[in-house]
Amino acid sequence: MTAVTATDAPAQAPTAPKRSRRVREITGLAGWTVLGWVVGIAFFLPILWMFLTAFKPESSAETWPPKFTFSPTLAEFRLVFSGSTPVGPFIEHSAIATVGSTILVLVLALPASYALSIRPVGKWRDSLFFFISTKMLPIVAAIGPLYVIALKTHLLDSIWLLIILYAAMNLPLAIWMIRSFMLEVPTEMLEAARLDGAGRFREIGEVIMPVVSPGLVSTALICVIFAWNELFLALNLTVTNAATMPMFLISSVPQEGLYIAHLSAAATVASVPVILVGWIAQRSLVRGLSMGAIK
Amino acid sequence: MAGVRYVGASRVYAKGAKPAVDVLDLDIKDGEFMVLVGPSGSGKTTALRMLAGLEPLDGGRIEIGGRDISDVQPKDRDIAMVFQNYALYPSKTVAENMGFALKMQHVPKEERTRRVHEAARILDLDEALLDRKPKALSGGQRQRVAMGRAIVREPKVFLMDEPLSNLDAKLRVQTRSQIAELQRRLGVTTVYVTHDQVEAMTMGHRVAVLSGGKLQQCASPRELYDNPVNQFVAGFIGSPAMNLLTAPLTEGGARLAGAVVPLASSVRVAADRDKLTEIVLGIRPEQMHLTEVGTSDTVPAAGGPARSGASPASADPGSAVLLGDVVLVEELGADALLHVRLADDGGSVVARAEGRKPPAPGQRVAFRVESADVLGFNPANGARLAG
Repeated sequence: MTAVTATDAPAQAPTAPKRSRRVREITGLAGWTVLGWVVGIAFFLPILWMFLTAFKPESSAETWPPKFTFSPTLAEFRLVFSGSTPVGPFIEHSAIATVGSTILVLVLALPASYALSIRPVGKWRDSLFFFISTKMLPIVAAIGPLYVIALKTHLLDSIWLLIILYAAMNLPLAIWMIRSFMLEVPTEMLEAARLDGAGRFREIGEVIMPVVSPGLVSTALICVIFAWNELFLALNLTVTNAATMPMFLISSVPQEGLYIAHLSAAATVASVPVILVGWIAQRSLVRGLSMGAIK
Repeated sequence: MAGVRYVGASRVYAKGAKPAVDVLDLDIKDGEFMVLVGPSGSGKTTALRMLAGLEPLDGGRIEIGGRDISDVQPKDRDIAMVFQNYALYPSKTVAENMGFALKMQHVPKEERTRRVHEAARILDLDEALLDRKPKALSGGQRQRVAMGRAIVREPKVFLMDEPLSNLDAKLRVQTRSQIAELQRRLGVTTVYVTHDQVEAMTMGHRVAVLSGGKLQQCASPRELYDNPVNQFVAGFIGSPAMNLLTAPLTEGGARLAGAVVPLASSVRVAADRDKLTEIVLGIRPEQMHLTEVGTSDTVPAAGGPARSGASPASADPGSAVLLGDVVLVEELGADALLHVRLADDGGSVVARAEGRKPPAPGQRVAFRVESADVLGFNPANGARLAG
């Protein structure tokens, strides 16, 4: 067999190589495309399953293999919004904690990143490392002290506690992100502003902000996503007064009985804001920073 | 309006490092167009930034209109700067960009609008562009907006940091003359930084040549070209560059390419005084005059009388004839540049010749050189040898 192909090959050689290379290119491309789709679908399938299950009646939710034909119902959604534990307060807590912490993060991160990029303070490298080092400690190790502090300051099960902790959680990342955006502001433009007589606040407000604002938006959106999805701190430090959306998902799992469809409906409700925000963040990130100031 | 004076101004970036600007003394007259030129790292941009207040001084002082401004805030120095990359604010319209400094000075809005329109008119900038954002403009338009931003301030001094380097070659030449003309019309003292010696020569009333943080020479373009004070200036100014050739000194001149190049008596005296055995000869390409190649293949090297045996052109005792082989011909249209390897391993030179019938590569050519056109430099320190 090998001997045959070996003798055949030279005879075909003069006409073959050009076409075979082209064929190889096309099949290679197709191969990558197929692989891309397979991986993409593999990642998306659980979400699709969750979404579909949310519209199933509880009885037909837990079948194997999963059924893709069924008569959709909104019953489980109705239960999520007006069952024995309605989702309303959870959404409210999550929204307050998310928006509040994100605003706090931006208010703190903006001057911090300015002082670490455009007019770097002494030892700025150490400061930058300190910020990121706070993310290295496993949060589990800190939960004990945090609980005690919250208890002593009467902040247990309080939305303020979540705002503060979520801000602390997202601050390092926000500082690193905004700093990198600020480094993109051309030095010449800042010098031009100095010569034009812009003070520190004008410089930030009128020169730096317009350039970094797309970056600020994407930073804010990432903070929103992280705060919205946070479970560990909420689970350990809140009960009812400040319980957030992920807490609702946990509470959707009953002690007994079928719950898959109900959980799927709740998870879908919880995912909608994040998917929306993620979609917006993607667009604003793509819009990028370079706005044509510098050639 | 006012003049600018650097008095022993220095800038050292890092402790122990060589100063970026080393005790600069420069007197720029009121209304003068002064060009700072030099290779990269020469300190020209640093010198300009010191004047702008963007770099602190580590020694000496700078005066504008007789007032020491060394410690004055940039915005209070009454200057306006045009940056290399224009540094326009991307989120502001052209009009807002131009009027920003006035807004910071709390100039009323009507006055601001008037001055912005005035500047746009001076620069031939279409009024319709005033409401656009910088990214909607072409490179040349952005450059003019950057100029306009400087003009509306009506400053005492314009500072320009290579403002043409981002334009394409044709636009650069056009804008070059526009800026020079504008400066003449406005009569505002201007300090202009460039690395391009052609720009320096064509624009400046006077040109300051810097190298290694030190001022080499400050003079009119003509004076720089004809009378460079040292080998650096001689080699830097002029395109193509001056031919600089090291040659041993002999009686009455310097031996080069088998001939003796006669030297002016002042050069000889200076060389004797410095007890030199060698000299660096400087000859401009256009002062290598193409001449007939004599019947004998080489020109006799000994003193005056022997030269009469060579080509008729060398009969004049104030001149010499150099032989060489053409290596390459660069045709520029009106004239041609001949790259020539001189006979007797005399080194390579470039000569400017009539463009119509240049010699072909490989051809043997002869150049007549007048002693008055030959500059001499000390090979040890590059200093000009002259009376």
